Amino acid sequence: MARIAGVDLPRGKRIEVALTYIYGIGDSRARQILASTGVDPDLRTQDLGDDEVSRLRREIEGNFKVEGALRTEVSMNIKRLMDIGCYRGLRHRRGLPVRGQRTHTNARTHKGVRRAIAGKKKAPKK
Amino acid sequence: MARSVKKGPYIDIKLLAKVEGMNARNEKKVVKTWARASTISPEFVGHTVAVHNGNKFIPVYITENMVGHKLGEFAPTRLFRGHGGKLADKRAKR
Repeated sequence: MARIAGVDLPRGKRIEVALTYIYGIGDSRARQILASTGVDPDLRTQDLGDDEVSRLRREIEGNFKVEGALRTEVSMNIKRLMDIGCYRGLRHRRGLPVRGQRTHTNARTHKGVRRAIAGKKKAPKK
Repeated sequence: MARSVKKGPYIDIKLLAKVEGMNARNEKKVVKTWARASTISPEFVGHTVAVHNGNKFIPVYITENMVGHKLGEFAPTRLFRGHGGKLADKRAKR
């Protein structure tokens, strides 16, 4: 079984797709990695040889920040913004969108599921 | 769109001159400024800059982490006190 950067890759998928199961590797990085290691992107994960897996592992662990390390970096960046008290940090603290989107409506991705507001009437159904 | 690298960061000339003067004379005074769009350059670290927010000057102590941000990011221009209800009233009074 192919295990890279602490993640089990799905066995039945093409390696090009399977690599994207690692946090920090998307479509284009997966393609880059396969090109630079010379592994055929159409092979299934289960059909990879041991040396191919180890080449992939060396490439990924050597050159890219993935999984835990990347998650820490991202959360440290956000923490930095919050600590210096800048506008973006304040938006993160309040759980509102950070990049100037409207909040009158929408913004549900960052705000999360709607919270009920006391005394707010529902629009009558016709 | 991001600013052209060729131009370098926008730093308010007068403000920078004042801060460099203070660095040369080794003094620390609060500088009032309206230059919210000015980038914080490494010379500013350790100084306190009073940044105008449209109403009054907000004192901002510059730390190393703030370099590269704009002064305006640290002086919010809007005051949101929450919507309706007792809780919001209480918050508004503070």
